[in-house]
Amino acid sequence: MNRIEKVFKKLEKRGETALIPFITAGDPSIEVTKGLVLEMAKRGADIIELGLAFSDPLADGPTIQAASFRALEAGMNTEKYFSLVASIRKESDIPLVLMGYYNPVLRYGLEAFARDAAEAGIDGTIIPDLPLEEAGPWIKACNTYSLSNILLVAPNTPQERIKKIVRASKGFIYYVSVLGITGARTSLPPQVAEGLEKVKSFTRKPVAVGFGISRPDQVKALSSSSDGIIVGSAIVRLVEKEFSGKDDPGGPKSYQRIGDFVESLKKATV
Amino acid sequence: MKRQTKNLKASNPDRHGHFGIFGGRFVPETLMPAILELQKAYSKARRDSSFKGQFQQILKDYVGRPTPLYEAKRLSDALGGGFRVFLKREDLTHTGAHKINNTIGQILLAKRMGKRRIIAETGAGQHGVATATAAALMGLQCEVYMGRKDTVRQAMNVFRMELTGAKVIPVDSGTKTLKDAINEAIRDWVANVSDTHYIIGSVVGPHPYPVMVRDFQSVIGKEAKAQLKKVTGGLPDVVVACVGGGSNAMGIFYPFSTEPSVRLVGVEAAGKGTDTEYHSATLTCGDPGVLHGTMSYLLQDKWGQIKGAHSVAPGLDYPGVGPEHSYFKDSGRAEYHTIDDKEALEGFQLLSETEGIIPALESAHAIAWLKRLVGKIRKGSIVLVNLSGRGDKDVEVVREIFMGGTTV
Repeated sequence: MNRIEKVFKKLEKRGETALIPFITAGDPSIEVTKGLVLEMAKRGADIIELGLAFSDPLADGPTIQAASFRALEAGMNTEKYFSLVASIRKESDIPLVLMGYYNPVLRYGLEAFARDAAEAGIDGTIIPDLPLEEAGPWIKACNTYSLSNILLVAPNTPQERIKKIVRASKGFIYYVSVLGITGARTSLPPQVAEGLEKVKSFTRKPVAVGFGISRPDQVKALSSSSDGIIVGSAIVRLVEKEFSGKDDPGGPKSYQRIGDFVESLKKATV
Repeated sequence: MKRQTKNLKASNPDRHGHFGIFGGRFVPETLMPAILELQKAYSKARRDSSFKGQFQQILKDYVGRPTPLYEAKRLSDALGGGFRVFLKREDLTHTGAHKINNTIGQILLAKRMGKRRIIAETGAGQHGVATATAAALMGLQCEVYMGRKDTVRQAMNVFRMELTGAKVIPVDSGTKTLKDAINEAIRDWVANVSDTHYIIGSVVGPHPYPVMVRDFQSVIGKEAKAQLKKVTGGLPDVVVACVGGGSNAMGIFYPFSTEPSVRLVGVEAAGKGTDTEYHSATLTCGDPGVLHGTMSYLLQDKWGQIKGAHSVAPGLDYPGVGPEHSYFKDSGRAEYHTIDDKEALEGFQLLSETEGIIPALESAHAIAWLKRLVGKIRKGSIVLVNLSGRGDKDVEVVREIFMGGTTV
């Protein structure tokens, strides 16, 4: 059983929903990312999704696009990403999921990427532009190195397709709450819980929901129908606010404030 | 020579859209249902004679097809290579470039699928204009994504789109050019997939786009083949076209791809030189990778980040290329060469002066490459060039360059 599965097992026993914050690695620097991961782990995050920046993030909204560009500008690349993960691993056992687009994976080499990711301490991957039909070679590489490749289900995914996706997905299933790209939304469509129930009716694997979730009340509303809740843009926006100021590039208080926000989200899952 | 000489079959992809290792569908899950629906609708339409009839009727009455095949004798003389040059005059279509062939086909399909809204990306603005035009013709709502930089350098085309009732949305992300306009159009499509059809302007993107756009554009090659046969009694020896995404090239290549004696030449933009960072020579300098839903050659760095492209011709300014071109390159069926900005401008002038035809800067790359054939092919050879668009959109930029205001 890998770290992701263990966490879901543990939370299930406690009757809790997993809180899965997302940040982009290297935004605005490798040091800040490491500090944030450790802070969030301390403040209630159950799993952390760590973005590998890409020049053309077509499933992402403006907030995460901007974070990717900041990370790339600061010199982020695949090699640095893996060494960051390895250095986090020395200090924390929190499950880490890599979110990244397919081309950097392909460029590195599927086998080598899976090997180095696993060796550094990555537990799973989410590749938003790699649908089931094309995922075969990558899933094979993941299996060799015991990485969980997490597949996505969208609100418009037909039933037969959901069945195939949940069968192939490992670690958990990522349910996309809305038709659209990532980004905080003031309101979520009322059908989200219904969609989650539908996916869960086809699998016993954990199902986590993401896209558009930005506030504790939204987390609370979805907790009962979901095994995990992913919050991305709202945290990334906070990271930008706390660490990208010209006069005040962030300090201990900044980590703390982001930790406070994560804690408020976690409380809403209990 | 690597070119295949026997057992040539039309290259059709497998059911997931793979041409060998290239092609496929690399899109977010939200788009998969739409892409599968499009594939179904398209394979039904391509077998439906009423769809084909409607398409051909509009191409004839509205687009102005068949376009002429013109023998450029003064150009041939000026080149001095003793070969005959024939120009396929796509520049004479309505809206001034081959792009309209595809937008008419796709808009008919969108209409059949019951979509009420059309989105598109555009670089130079030619595809945007062709899409806006087709949408006006069919009474559909149309929004076109265009990189902020391109809206400035192609301001006239922005106005043309607006005149035909389209809304142009400037894109400020990334490099603010064509690649980012495509990203933004895909993002829009993900959010509005139920009522919106995305008209991609080249033989790129996820399956079925590369096949569908090729099929709509292959009217160019089919006509040219028949026209040339009438005039010369046979096939061309060489077919030449510029390649950005590659739709005009694929459109003229495809009907000749099963003819082993015909040499197919794609001309990429070398920009300021293939040894610099400023070019668009994807097939010549790139490596296979995944961008915008398809596996193909790409300009990318060591880590798989996509690099910016450059060309004096905005329509060639793209770091990717259609997957079937990648397949043609690796299989040896077509060869790909480069022409830089300076040579393209010389080609632009040469055709203008010898024939009174001002070509689009994109097409000028194909014209310029003809010089490389001098002394390399036997006298009397027949060379067919796809003159994919007219240069009206470029005259201002070229004027500035010639007046010394801008350097290339």
